[in-house]
Amino acid sequence: MKKFLALILAVVMLFAMVSCGAEKTEAPDVKSEGVMTYAEYAAAALDAPVVIETYVQAKQSWWDNKATVYTQDKDGAYFLYNMTCSEEDYAKLVPGTKIKVTGFKAEWAGEIEVAEGATFEIIPGATYVAPAFDATALLGTDDLIKHQNEFVSFKGLTVDSIEFKNGEPGDDIYVNVKKGEDVYGFCVEFYLTGADTDVYKAVSALNAGDVVDIEGFLYWYNGVNTHITSCTAAK
Amino acid sequence: MKFSKISAALLSSVLLLPALLTGCHGSRGLDAFAIPEDFDPSASYEITFWAKNDTNITQVNIYNDAIASFEALYPNIHVNMRLYTDYARIYNDVITNIATQTTPNVCITYPDHIATYMTGDNVVVPLDDLMADPLYGLGGSALRFDGPTQTEIVPQFLDEGILSGAHYALPYMRSTEACYVNKTYVETLGYTLPETLTWDFIWEVSDAAAAQDEDGTYLVNGQKVMIPFIYKSTDNMMIQYLRQTGAGYSDWDGNIAIFNDTTKDFLYTVAEHTGRGAFSTFKISSYPANFLNAGQCIFAIDSTAGATWMGSDAPLVDISRESLVPFETAVMTIPQADPDHPQMISQGPSVCVFNKRDSGEVLASWLFAQYLLTNGVQIPYAQTEGYVPVTTKAQDNPVYQDYLSRAGEDNSMYYDIKIKASELLLAHTNDTFITPVFNGSASLRSAAGQMIENVTKSIRRKETVDDDYMVRLYDDVTSLYRLDSASGSASGRKELGPLPGASAALLSVLAGAWVLLGIYNGADILKEKRHKKEKK
Repeated sequence: MKKFLALILAVVMLFAMVSCGAEKTEAPDVKSEGVMTYAEYAAAALDAPVVIETYVQAKQSWWDNKATVYTQDKDGAYFLYNMTCSEEDYAKLVPGTKIKVTGFKAEWAGEIEVAEGATFEIIPGATYVAPAFDATALLGTDDLIKHQNEFVSFKGLTVDSIEFKNGEPGDDIYVNVKKGEDVYGFCVEFYLTGADTDVYKAVSALNAGDVVDIEGFLYWYNGVNTHITSCTAAK
Repeated sequence: MKFSKISAALLSSVLLLPALLTGCHGSRGLDAFAIPEDFDPSASYEITFWAKNDTNITQVNIYNDAIASFEALYPNIHVNMRLYTDYARIYNDVITNIATQTTPNVCITYPDHIATYMTGDNVVVPLDDLMADPLYGLGGSALRFDGPTQTEIVPQFLDEGILSGAHYALPYMRSTEACYVNKTYVETLGYTLPETLTWDFIWEVSDAAAAQDEDGTYLVNGQKVMIPFIYKSTDNMMIQYLRQTGAGYSDWDGNIAIFNDTTKDFLYTVAEHTGRGAFSTFKISSYPANFLNAGQCIFAIDSTAGATWMGSDAPLVDISRESLVPFETAVMTIPQADPDHPQMISQGPSVCVFNKRDSGEVLASWLFAQYLLTNGVQIPYAQTEGYVPVTTKAQDNPVYQDYLSRAGEDNSMYYDIKIKASELLLAHTNDTFITPVFNGSASLRSAAGQMIENVTKSIRRKETVDDDYMVRLYDDVTSLYRLDSASGSASGRKELGPLPGASAALLSVLAGAWVLLGIYNGADILKEKRHKKEKK
């Protein structure tokens, strides 16, 4: 009888573990009723109402009950600008957290976003953290914008110039990088990665001519303006 | 004896409770600042200065130069600067630091914000006594620099720092709003710019500029994008329109009058022209300068302090150079309801001084704040943007006059759009106004703009904007900005309403304790009397 009970318990435990493991590693990215796919979101007109389910990748800022968040699902990325959010809820938005967002699509200086004032709810269970998509080959092409707001990487870019906003550390860092003869304006966004972060320190120490690998979110401001989250010497 | 111990303990508890509760509520505030009689100008002080710049490195350098030259004059005073590019962030950080008494010593700010800082006791230093001090006041005999006297500060600008009857801020720079016009496109559309812009003219031309061909290309510029009229600060847009039309906004007692028929009519006008594709805002579409310079906007309204970003040859641009379109730029006053009596807002940074336990530190802070008004700071800083110096001492200085006379000599220091923007304010200083300042006025200001933003967004989102919408809008912004609880003055007392239940209960317990004490003590006295009687 004891052996039988032990066997039953072992089987139950095995199922439980498998079940837990499946939830964390193989989250089925099925949209709920009434929620848009990324393709539907991308096709929606500006100022149209949108309802999306997406996963938090990084948080930029919280202030006055408004949160700005980078999110992504397996098909594309969504930038949530000044979403209505309490400070308590903001703390819950750790990378991977699934949220359902209701708002309006907007464009600001070329950046497609869910406009200020969107609301959200946290969906427990599935999580997803996107790997960096290598967009090096797309720099300078019309296809780059199709990956707007995604977590991306660029390999072997040459630093053209580094400029601190205000002329000294303590705010954004404007980073001009070259691929071939073309120069692209990237940015270390201070609210996303402040002066205490590794990336802020690493970029602060760069010199023109350095060759680097970069990771970041493919933000847009009158053209590509990647918000850098990692910067290392090119391998 | 036993009773006496209980009685003493109870009495002690009752007496200590208020002290304990006070301790829970927060630490003791600061005493009011008084000018020290024995100020030692050679004592060492370290002060902090929170400064705001317009994302302009030249302004940062001028602050650094000012600090260096001040420290050379006062080697015993060291100034640490923290830079901001956003007033709202300074405001937020100051509010956060008031509770811990870690405010900066000197801070660039707006009077609206000071009104909120003043809800704490003695947080901000009233400046009247300092300004009048014969030694260290404006033009004082013990100053080591040539600062302005009180009469050399433009009176309108100085008066803007008055809250609750006292000066709490010195003006630092002044600007107003200007309408930067693509004159070339106005004329292409068959119009001639009037001497003074009116709202009717702008709406009419903007509607005409929104015409497209069958492919969606705008006729006036041949591009796929055209937003004829973009307003940077919709707060100012509403405030100035209400002022020009004599409609209500608020009074100096903090009574809010913005929810009136003129506001509603104006919102309907905004809705109508948004629906025709003629209007948008910075918050919705991005910087007016970017659209103006790309030939995608005709009327761009922004601060005169943003003039270096405006025009085909602007020294500062935020879009690719190949996107720039050549056109003639006119710098005009904002649209008026009555062009014969133009009215426009006065804005720009002011400086306040925060109170500290060491009155000598406050006096050192005051010296630095005052130093920011010297010609050596005022003139170069005003030249960075379409600002004007706040002192006649600087405005009348030959160096500044020479600067104004050289408009157009180059596209950097003497950029004509920038100098025309400064001249616009110099010519209209007497036509400027400010809004009443009280605790809550910053929120009211935000609410004014939010109504325009909401209506514009709603039209773009194809929502219905009608009287029901307006009722909901008024309710929403009232609630969002807590306008139903704004206080009436910057620092005056206000009616707090009935006591909260917990407070009433606590007071009842205290009263009960006193009654019990009285009964016990009364009984004790009676016992003693009876005992004495029995002894007798």
